[in-house]
Amino acid sequence: MNLKAFCATVFLLPALAVDAQDTTDLLQQISPQQPEQELVYNAYKSSRVIMSQSLEMLRPGVLDFRILHRFGRVNQGIKELFGLDDASIRLGFDYGVSNNLTVGIGRGSYRKELDGFVKWRALQQATGLRPVPFSLVLVGGSTIVTAPWSTPNPKFKFGHRVGYFAQVLAGRKFSEALTIQVMPTFLHRNLVETQRDKNGLFAAGVGGRAKLSKRTSVNVDYYYITNRNSGRGLHNPLSIGIDVETGGHVFQMHVTNAIGMNERVFLTETTNSWGKGDIQFGFNISRAFQVKKKALK
Amino acid sequence: MRYLKFWLSLFILIAALTAGAQERFYTKTGVVRFYSKAPLENIEAVNNTVTAVLDAASGNMQFAVQMKGFAFEKALMQQHFNENYVESDKFPRAVFKGALTDKEAIAYNKEGVYHVVVKGALTLHGVTKQLEVPGTLQVGSGRLLGKATFALQLSDYNIAIPALVKDKVSNTVTITVHLDLQPLKG
Repeated sequence: MNLKAFCATVFLLPALAVDAQDTTDLLQQISPQQPEQELVYNAYKSSRVIMSQSLEMLRPGVLDFRILHRFGRVNQGIKELFGLDDASIRLGFDYGVSNNLTVGIGRGSYRKELDGFVKWRALQQATGLRPVPFSLVLVGGSTIVTAPWSTPNPKFKFGHRVGYFAQVLAGRKFSEALTIQVMPTFLHRNLVETQRDKNGLFAAGVGGRAKLSKRTSVNVDYYYITNRNSGRGLHNPLSIGIDVETGGHVFQMHVTNAIGMNERVFLTETTNSWGKGDIQFGFNISRAFQVKKKALK
Repeated sequence: MRYLKFWLSLFILIAALTAGAQERFYTKTGVVRFYSKAPLENIEAVNNTVTAVLDAASGNMQFAVQMKGFAFEKALMQQHFNENYVESDKFPRAVFKGALTDKEAIAYNKEGVYHVVVKGALTLHGVTKQLEVPGTLQVGSGRLLGKATFALQLSDYNIAIPALVKDKVSNTVTITVHLDLQPLKG
């Protein structure tokens, strides 16, 4: 076989093959599958793992009304109905400004504390063309205690009520069923309890979810605080719960040793210990409203 | 002589391919809408990136619909549609492969509106079902305008609606197809 004949065979065979295929698959001819970048969404059912911000952002124009409840300690027994007689609450509103920017405010009954945050997704996980292996989200926030001082002091000014936090969420939706994120966090308080307490705290957090079904998942949320005052009997916050999504609502039912529902409280005032059974029931309810609807063409 | 044979066969092949291609019409921006009417909520979605091909000679017609291409008024609906109902990550496209039941009824060189019936198999959410859809095909100046409306039962395609949202999502959805087909050039 000479070269020309060989070339003719090589070039013509695929052409013939395509032609033969056309009668059964018309689409093949006009839409060769072009790889496109596809962003990964729905890493979580809600914008919080349990205590922490999750990788999930609100979509543009979505207002999320969040009702958070923590009951009292389970080990108080039947006299306190396993803690259910006692409850603290945080009400908050989050809003999706754009695909990558969410802002939120809230108020917790514990020390009547206001809090607010800005959450920006710097990098979104993607597949296909130009894949991105993980998402990177930056969170910055502030807290203000508004309850009267328990030990009033003329030197206390408004600034002493304020705390700040900054957080990096780096995580990946490994599969439809599994998402894991790490959360290095820095927290600064203008006023601390004792001289041995640091104003600036560093914490390493890890959180994630494993889906049980299309609408339910098991979530875990934990922080290791690196430089807290070891003399005050503080513990690392750990929450374990179940997410249930029912259309417009997401219910996050969980057990936790953290009484707090903002970053300052759960990082600096978690005095309960899982080891001693000082845990409590809690739930978060998220109700999403589409404030700005997308126009359908 | 060998060269002549080669070039001749190549020429014939290209001619054949081009000739065949001229009898095909296609679009990559076809529109498929769906509408679900339930007591508490109406749900509407639009997909503007539907690929469709019609082969005039055989009457064969095929569609491909990217499930993630459906846009909803409410972001949460879109999220639930993809994650809970059609499971777009597992089943990214819906594909219809069928044919006009009476391909002779259409004169592609004569302007006018023709009533047609398309019969074939729709694969959606991993389930393939036979479908017979009436519609119209309008022959215009070098273009074809295809329209059809039909109803689908979600339960036929293994898409379950939980009791909790029965009043918000209907099992019967109305599908509207709107195609502006142009000749496929080889």
